[in-house]
Formats: sequence, C-alpha cells, structure tokens
Amino acid sequence: MTTLLEVSGVSVSFDGFRAINNLSFQIGPAELRAIIGPNGAGKTTFMDIITGKTRPDEGRVIWGDLSRSLLSMSEAQIAQAGVGRKFQKPTVFEDQSVEENLLMALSNPRGPLAVLFYKPAKADLARVAELADEIGLRAQLFRKAGELSHGQKQWLEIGMLLAQDPKLLLVDEPAAGMTPEEREHTTQLLVEAAKTRAVVVVEHDMEFIRRLGCRVTVLHEGSVLAEGSLDHVTSNQDVIDVYLGR
Amino acid sequence: MNRSFFAQSPSVLVFLGCLGLATLFVTVLSEAFGIGVLSTSFIKTLGKTLCLCLIAVAMDLVWGYAGILSLGHFAFFGLGGYMIGMWLMYERTREIVESSMSDAVIPPTPQEISDAIGNQIFGVVGSSEFPLIWTFADSLTIQLFLVVAIPGVLAGLFGWLAFRSRVTGVYLSILTQAMTLALSLYLFQNESGLRGNNGLSGLQNLPGVEAGQDVVSMWFFWASALALGLGYLLAARVISGKFGSVIRGIRDNEQRVRFLGYAVESYKLVIFAGTAMIAGIAGALYYPQAGIVNPAEIAPIASIYLAVWVAIGGRGRLYGAVLGAIFVSLVSSYFTGGQAPDINLGFYTIKWVDWWLVMLGISFVLVTLFAPKGLGGLVDLWEDRRRPDRHGADLGPDAGALREKEAVE
Repeated sequence: MTTLLEVSGVSVSFDGFRAINNLSFQIGPAELRAIIGPNGAGKTTFMDIITGKTRPDEGRVIWGDLSRSLLSMSEAQIAQAGVGRKFQKPTVFEDQSVEENLLMALSNPRGPLAVLFYKPAKADLARVAELADEIGLRAQLFRKAGELSHGQKQWLEIGMLLAQDPKLLLVDEPAAGMTPEEREHTTQLLVEAAKTRAVVVVEHDMEFIRRLGCRVTVLHEGSVLAEGSLDHVTSNQDVIDVYLGR
Repeated sequence: MNRSFFAQSPSVLVFLGCLGLATLFVTVLSEAFGIGVLSTSFIKTLGKTLCLCLIAVAMDLVWGYAGILSLGHFAFFGLGGYMIGMWLMYERTREIVESSMSDAVIPPTPQEISDAIGNQIFGVVGSSEFPLIWTFADSLTIQLFLVVAIPGVLAGLFGWLAFRSRVTGVYLSILTQAMTLALSLYLFQNESGLRGNNGLSGLQNLPGVEAGQDVVSMWFFWASALALGLGYLLAARVISGKFGSVIRGIRDNEQRVRFLGYAVESYKLVIFAGTAMIAGIAGALYYPQAGIVNPAEIAPIASIYLAVWVAIGGRGRLYGAVLGAIFVSLVSSYFTGGQAPDINLGFYTIKWVDWWLVMLGISFVLVTLFAPKGLGGLVDLWEDRRRPDRHGADLGPDAGALREKEAVE
C-alpha cells in the first residue's frame, strides 16, 4: 500500500511536558481513519504538527509521492500541498458571506497578484453552487456566515474544506453540536470524501465512529496505544484501562 | 445577481458624485475661477483636507480591512512631502540664484551656480555642500518616482522584518511608533541632509510658474480631488473582490487564512507597502499647499491622529475614513485657528486652543466605547441597516478583528 502521509518518531514538549512522545502514524491516499483518545492525549497537537502550526522537537513528517518533508514548509505551503483542516469550533469568516467563504477556499492560485486580479469564472461559481447544495446552504449563499446557526457553520466549514480539494482532510470533532440527521449527513460526506482522498477524523463519540466503519487509532499520552478496527481496539485491555474504562 | 463592480459597491458612485460636486462648488466659489467667496487660504485648507482624506483611506485599508493598526503611516506621508519638497526647493532656489547672477559681468560657471544654490538651501544648517540624497533633486521625474518609491521601500523593509517574525497586535503598533519616532529624530538632525528642524520651506512657490497663489491653490485643490477620487476607486476595487476577502479574513482570523493556503505575510506586506505609497502621494500633494515640511510633521502623534480620524469616522468602510478625516481636521482647524470664541465661566476661561485636544481625546474614547461605528454608523441608521446580535462575540479571535458593535447585517 502506498502512503500519503508518514509521521515517524515525532516528539514535542511544551515547557517540559511531553505532548507527543515518539509518535508514528501512516495513512494511505484514499483512506478513512478515526483517532480517539482521552483529553490531553495529544490529538490536537498531532494535527498542529501536520499542518505546520507546531514544530516537533524530533522526528519526521513525510508527505506524498515525492516524499517531501512537511517540517520545512510554512502553514500556507502545507495547505497548498493538499492538507486541509477543520477545527473543533467552527471557524468561518463571520463577517463575510457564505459565497465569499467558499470562493476563498476554492483551489485557485493563492498569490497576492493572482488574487487581486481574480474574477470568479463560471466554473468557479458553478462549483460554489454545487458545494452549497451539498452542504444545504444554497439559500444562504449571500448571507453573512456570522448569522448562521452553529450547525450551519460546521457545514460551511466542511464545504470550505471540500472546496479546497485537499489530498488529506483533518477533521476535529465534526459532529459536535449536530442533530442526529446532520450527523448522518456528515457521516455520508466523510465516507464519500474518503473514496478519493485521505480523511482523518478526531472524535469522542463512539457511535459516530462506529458509523464511519473505519480503522481506529487510539492515542494516549502522546503516542499510539492501539490501532485496528473499532471492535479490535475496544476489546484491547490497555485501551479499556486508559480510556473506555473510566 | 449583478456582479459588476459598481453594483457590488454602490457607495463608490455616491462618493465620487459628492466629490465631483464639491469640487465644482468650490471652484465656483473660488477667487481665481469663480465669484471669490472663498479665500485662497481656505481653498488651501480644503485641498489639504482632501489629501488627509486620501491618507485616511489608506489607513482604513491597512487597519480597517487588514487589521494592522499601523501607527506610522504619517511618516510615509511626510516622506512623500520631503521628496517633492526637495525638487521644489532646489528648482526655486536655482531660479532665484540664476536670475541674480545673470547681472554679473562675467557669466557664472555651473559650479558657481551649484555652490550658490547649496549655500542658499543649506546655509541655515551651517553647510553649503549638497548631501548625497539631493543627487536627483534637479529632476522632477525622479523625485516624483521617489515620492512612491521611498515610502514603498521603507514600508516594505519594515513590514518584511516585522511580519515574518509574526509580530501582531499591540506589539506591531508599538514597533511602527518606534519606527516613526526614529525617523523623526533622525530628520531633526542637521546632518540628515534635509535641513534638520528647519525642514523644507517655500514649497508653495512652483518653479517656472507665473500664476498667483489663488490660481496655484486651485490647481492643487483639483489635483488633490483627483488623487482622492482615484485612490478611493483603487481602494474600493482592492477590497471588493477576493483580495478583500482574504485581507478581511486576515483581520478577523489570520491563522484560519494560513490553513486555507494563503501566505498571510505576503498579503500584509502588499497592503502595508501599498498603502505607504498612497500615503506618500497624499503627502506630496499636501506639503506644497502647506508650504513647509519639517520633522515635527512626522512625529508619532501625527500617526496617532490618523488612527483617531479613522476611528471617529468608523473603520472598515472607506467613506467612514473620509468622513472622519474631513470632520476632525476641519473642526480642529476651527478650534485651533483661534476662530472659536472663548467661554468665560467667571472663575475660568476655556480657551479652545488649549482644550481642543482634550475634547478630541474625550470624543475618541466615547466613540470607541459607545459608537464604534463612528460617523459612518449614521449612514447605517439612514439605510436602516441593523447590527447583528452576537451576544458580545466579536467576528474573529484576532486582536484587530471586527468587533460586534462594528458589524452590520
């Protein structure tokens, strides 16, 4: 199996506290993976390292066919290389319309000059409309994102991620604050997305992960505790002790 | 949905219309081209106010839209004034020197002329040598180029150093103040080559122009109006499209913009240096109307004033910046010009020249606390646009993010 992202032997400490401890992780180009772990297990720090927000003290992060190291790239370069990230709390640009949010995310040239002279092409607008349909915000296209409900903002952010067309999607607690129907819809979207790209989902909700039906990685104290199917990891005694048992 | 530029930003047409009408109105009332109701000095005040509006538009771009509270843009304004001032002063002095020497029996050599000009210009600082920075002072084209190039390069260098180190918020504001102070102190020195605290003077006299000040003041008034119109159009164009989306995104949440793949630092640099160039142009039009540019103009307080204008006018909307600049600078010249009558309270006489700054400070605090939309908010009242109820949440996590009270639905 080819690998899209390979994290090996990564460690990072904050003021002596080891948030990530010799962590290794791999994911293929079209794979869905769930990451679970108790609070403080290092899930968010893990995402910060991949997206370039945090620099690890040691270890390697290798990306794509060309095996480039993500550690020497800036956040913007990493995002351009194809890593998209959805935050736990929905972060959209609240002062801007849904359409503006989506147009900004659309995978077009990102340089200041190209952006200054950018005019939305027909294809771009069609793609925005299509995405808006998919995330159920077609009627809200010209409303400011700040006026949307919490769930709608989650959707918008997912829509922006899809617009970016990343090779790897990092999704932090996508189902938080969603109704059961919305969760169902989210599940479908993520499973669909994982057919053509790698998707990493960080989630607390076991029921949600069960529906995703994918491999699960359990993090604990900054390293991988267990990996495998959900049934496999939930029957692992270590996992039960540190996480499920409580 | 109509996606043409003017349909997207209808306020631009309104603004340009108002500017055009005001220009026409002033022309009709002027001494040189009309019925002579407005004095030449008042025309100059109006022309200078238009230049201040232009730099306020630049400030609104950098602060109101990109969220960078620069407290140094007036330095770029001053530098623009110095650059055009060098040419004005050199040419003017050359004319005088050449005409006075032409009576001599033996025609003066170019070296003698050059020495005499140097003596005239730098006599006040005890020198007669032309410093290196005056190399191109005899070329209008080059000095005009420097009007935009010097502020652009200085802002670019400063911005590159500051932004790549991820200095943001109040720390960046302090850095810009430090830059401004350093520049001002440097220019105060006689060795700076720009006549120390004397500055450059006599700039109201255009070399080779016979026309009187009443006519010249109108030329500058028109040029200032044209520059403001074009600058406003440019700024509106920049903020209307995706570039505007990105810089507003940077204002509200720059980390999120980074994760979308935009190199935030490049955008900040473009907007910082670009607005510095606009400030340079505004300064180059302002100081020939003021007649003198000296280091006190670049003092940190001037840049703080600029932020006050934009705050009182309402940041994040271009016409707000213009309203703020017009309102504050005209009211300011009314109170500090000695026209406002003193108020005698019996035990104390309120002299407006002394109390105006206090009043401006208080109104700045009041506007920030109670009406953050500033004068521009009046337009919202008129258009019946409400502000959203966000239960106190601002529109983004960053320090410069639009605040709840500044937002409109």
